[in-house]
Amino acid sequence: MQWDVVIGLEIHVQLATQTKIFSGSSTTYGAEPNIQASAVDLAMPGTLPVANEQAFRYAVMFGLAVDAEICRRSVFERKNYFYPDLPKGYQTTQLAKPIVGPGHVDIELKDGTTKRVRIHHAHLEEDAGKSLHEDYHGMTGIDLNRAGTPLIEVVTEPDMRSSEEAVAFARKLHGLVTSLGICDGDMSQGSLRFDVNVSIRPKGQEELGTRTETKNLNSFRFMEQAIHQEVERQIDVLTEGGRIIQETRLYNGDTNTSRSMRTKEEANDYRYFPCPDLLPVVIDDEFIEQARRSLPELPDARKARFQSEYGLTEYDAGLLANSAQMAALFEETVRYGKDPKLAANWLLGELSARLNSEDRSLADCPVSAAQFGTLILRISDGTVSSTGAKKVFEGLWEGEGGDVDALIEAKGLKQVSDTGALEQIVDEVLADMDEQIAQYREADEKKRKKLMGGFMGPLMKASRGQGNPKMFNELLKKKLDS
Amino acid sequence: MHDKTVAELSRDLAEGRITSVELTQHYLDRIEQQDGQLNSFITVNAEGALADARAADEQRKNGKATAWTGVPFAHKDIFCTEGVLTSCGSRMLANFIPPYNATVTQRFRDAGAVCVGKTNMDEFAMGSSTESSYFGATTNPWGKNRVPGGSSGGSAAAVAARLVPAATATDTGGSIRQPAALCGITGLKPTYGRVSRYGMIAFASSLDQGGTMARTAEDNAMMLNVMAGFDPRDSTSIDREVPDYTATLNEPLKGLRIGLPREYFTDQLSPDMDRVIRAAIREYEGLGATVKDISLPHANLAIAAYYVIAPAECSANLSRFDGVRYGYRCEDPKDLLDLYTRTRAEGFGDEVKRRIMVGSYALSAGYYDAYYLKAQKVRRLIQQDFIEAFKEVDVIMSPTTPSPAFVQGEKTNDPVTMYLEDIFTISTNLAGLPALSLPAGFVDGLPVGLQIIGDYFSEARLLNAAHQYQQLTDWHRLTPAS
Repeated sequence: MQWDVVIGLEIHVQLATQTKIFSGSSTTYGAEPNIQASAVDLAMPGTLPVANEQAFRYAVMFGLAVDAEICRRSVFERKNYFYPDLPKGYQTTQLAKPIVGPGHVDIELKDGTTKRVRIHHAHLEEDAGKSLHEDYHGMTGIDLNRAGTPLIEVVTEPDMRSSEEAVAFARKLHGLVTSLGICDGDMSQGSLRFDVNVSIRPKGQEELGTRTETKNLNSFRFMEQAIHQEVERQIDVLTEGGRIIQETRLYNGDTNTSRSMRTKEEANDYRYFPCPDLLPVVIDDEFIEQARRSLPELPDARKARFQSEYGLTEYDAGLLANSAQMAALFEETVRYGKDPKLAANWLLGELSARLNSEDRSLADCPVSAAQFGTLILRISDGTVSSTGAKKVFEGLWEGEGGDVDALIEAKGLKQVSDTGALEQIVDEVLADMDEQIAQYREADEKKRKKLMGGFMGPLMKASRGQGNPKMFNELLKKKLDS
Repeated sequence: MHDKTVAELSRDLAEGRITSVELTQHYLDRIEQQDGQLNSFITVNAEGALADARAADEQRKNGKATAWTGVPFAHKDIFCTEGVLTSCGSRMLANFIPPYNATVTQRFRDAGAVCVGKTNMDEFAMGSSTESSYFGATTNPWGKNRVPGGSSGGSAAAVAARLVPAATATDTGGSIRQPAALCGITGLKPTYGRVSRYGMIAFASSLDQGGTMARTAEDNAMMLNVMAGFDPRDSTSIDREVPDYTATLNEPLKGLRIGLPREYFTDQLSPDMDRVIRAAIREYEGLGATVKDISLPHANLAIAAYYVIAPAECSANLSRFDGVRYGYRCEDPKDLLDLYTRTRAEGFGDEVKRRIMVGSYALSAGYYDAYYLKAQKVRRLIQQDFIEAFKEVDVIMSPTTPSPAFVQGEKTNDPVTMYLEDIFTISTNLAGLPALSLPAGFVDGLPVGLQIIGDYFSEARLLNAAHQYQQLTDWHRLTPAS
């Protein structure tokens, strides 16, 4: 049987506010456990929450960016459940009246088409702390530094039909929130976490199948693998005559397996009710207009500009424009290195491949825009060959030195572009190649092109790889054709 | 000396007739001698109080005194006091020493007042008799086997017995007014939002309000001068100018329009109670007030609505007491569930557990609409009743309680009868209105309170009305035999 895959996403986006959503504690990642937990975060008796205005501003910016309606009177509710890293015994979140109403995001697919994914809503809520089960000899450590970090939870409609679409959406959302500057986008630190709702149905069937939810996927790769894995699992279950149970699953990226965490029957009754410690938050026109004015250039607009301003292809422009950091690096690099196409090739080629293979984010890229730019300048002016440039990049990546020109020099990668010196090499090499020269001169135009390669090898060898190939080529032509 | 009011003591201190150290020592001695019988204090902080008194005397010398500098008083054990046990009358917090002050605590500290200790209360302020305290019941100084009312029974008994001239209290359904009435003192519950709830351990957040207890209206006004005001740490506190509540105490009452709710003066009220209250109202007529029968049509729904909303809120507010971060923790928990269930089973008393269960039930899936939502609608109707009434009258008067202090143990096994103690007081909490109770006479040798309910933020008028009555009567001056 042929199956259709239906995917909806829930994305937790950590907002890049200085302080927590209901207290003045810092939200900086990586501090000593519980250093950033105040009396409010610890839910000490009598303490009360005060909403962080910046979190609302960020949520409104997100709403505007996805063309959504902003709820003028949003209400915080208490979601009640017991867990050690949930200090109050309830999570303060939004249910009936979320800050961001229905909106949409358009994603570009590999076949060049565009698809609209609808946003059901996005709501503000507080993050929980962390339970640490290792290193405590059978006990559990609790770190409440993260407790109270503001999140928006973005909930999509089940509009995606493949893992490719889901990942394309996830990347687009990542680009959007980082471009807005409302999230640092660091997935390894949990700044963006994806829950994936997956169901399958026989091709052509209208009615949706039973879905499962796989929680807390914190990389695009895990997300893609988890969807594949879950689709396979569901197909196996249904093919063998079983039925899908509505449940929450946990995916293990190391083993590429998932297991059931809890079924619907085991789910909590969260006993939601409006939080009496927080009044409904009224957002007026001025607040929205202020947020609108503060919107930076968003990926779609940036992509269009990259195409027109730098003459990039739609595909390259899209890739570079999606991430604010990548886009900034690109524009900086062009400022130094002039050639936008070459810059795009390097950033999307060499750099991206390297980041991927080492699973690093652009934030800890050791090569600066100035370095990239200079390198590109040296490729353009023939100082270094593209092979040589890769070696320079390697050196920069490994932290071998700051100055690109010095590094080219030190590695002996500077091309010989002195006509006199090159001409001498050409003459010496050709002196031993009479046979080949004769062959060349007898050949037609098409064949001559092929035969050129036979001369280039020995030339490069003779110049110990440092001869400028373009100039060798010109000199050769002059000598052979004369 | 202990028969003097706050106002008189303040003058004595200002004029150097006594020092704060002498005064504080005097009250500490009285507590030492008499509180063995009353059990109105959970904690007596002699050392801290004397140190504060010395500092206050120093401040007086330096000419930096407020009206409260050096005046002893007590806090209900629901207000967090930095470094001093704050138990909320519960085993759950019998070891809890807060690292912070409630806003109310801080304001009294800033005013230079000397807190001699923390008063007894019903566990988590749930009760009308101060019998549910983990630290034992408080006795009404007017009758050895009588309850002082609750939940602020410790504060009321201590003030009535002249162990302190004033004490803070809180009122969620009558917890200031009912014990004030039963102990023959004056107590004010301000408008919801007038006094900060920060650091006041929450029972039902939308109903809780901190307030004042002293023998005279003037002393209550002096307390409110310290307590009232906007607090950025409490989102439900209201940013509105605070008048000097002592400045208008002597305004004439001529033309004051008094409403008597038909629903409160029924044949359910004993003839003795009715007689006392009507006599008090006649005094007001003598002062030039006019009296009118009014209707609060939904009054009979107040108790039912309250006993859905208050438990619902408390069920979430008390979730933080889980044995994880502070407070009581059961011995040798086997696992997480065991930690939660035994900690809460052993740490909470029966009435608290009853309300948590009722509240959890009212918020459960399938019952939410029928209970919580309906109760909220009733709440709005009750509020509307008052809004209508205050179009016709300036204040509403009624008995504070249906009867004088009852015998200890009489209602402990009959929660519903206990709940009916608050039949005249609960509506004002649901509506968020200010109300006070003042001594208006005796039935069977036990004090009876007159309740005056005012429109929002009319505390000055309520205190003015009470003060004028106290210029004509001496009920508030009578002292229980010690």
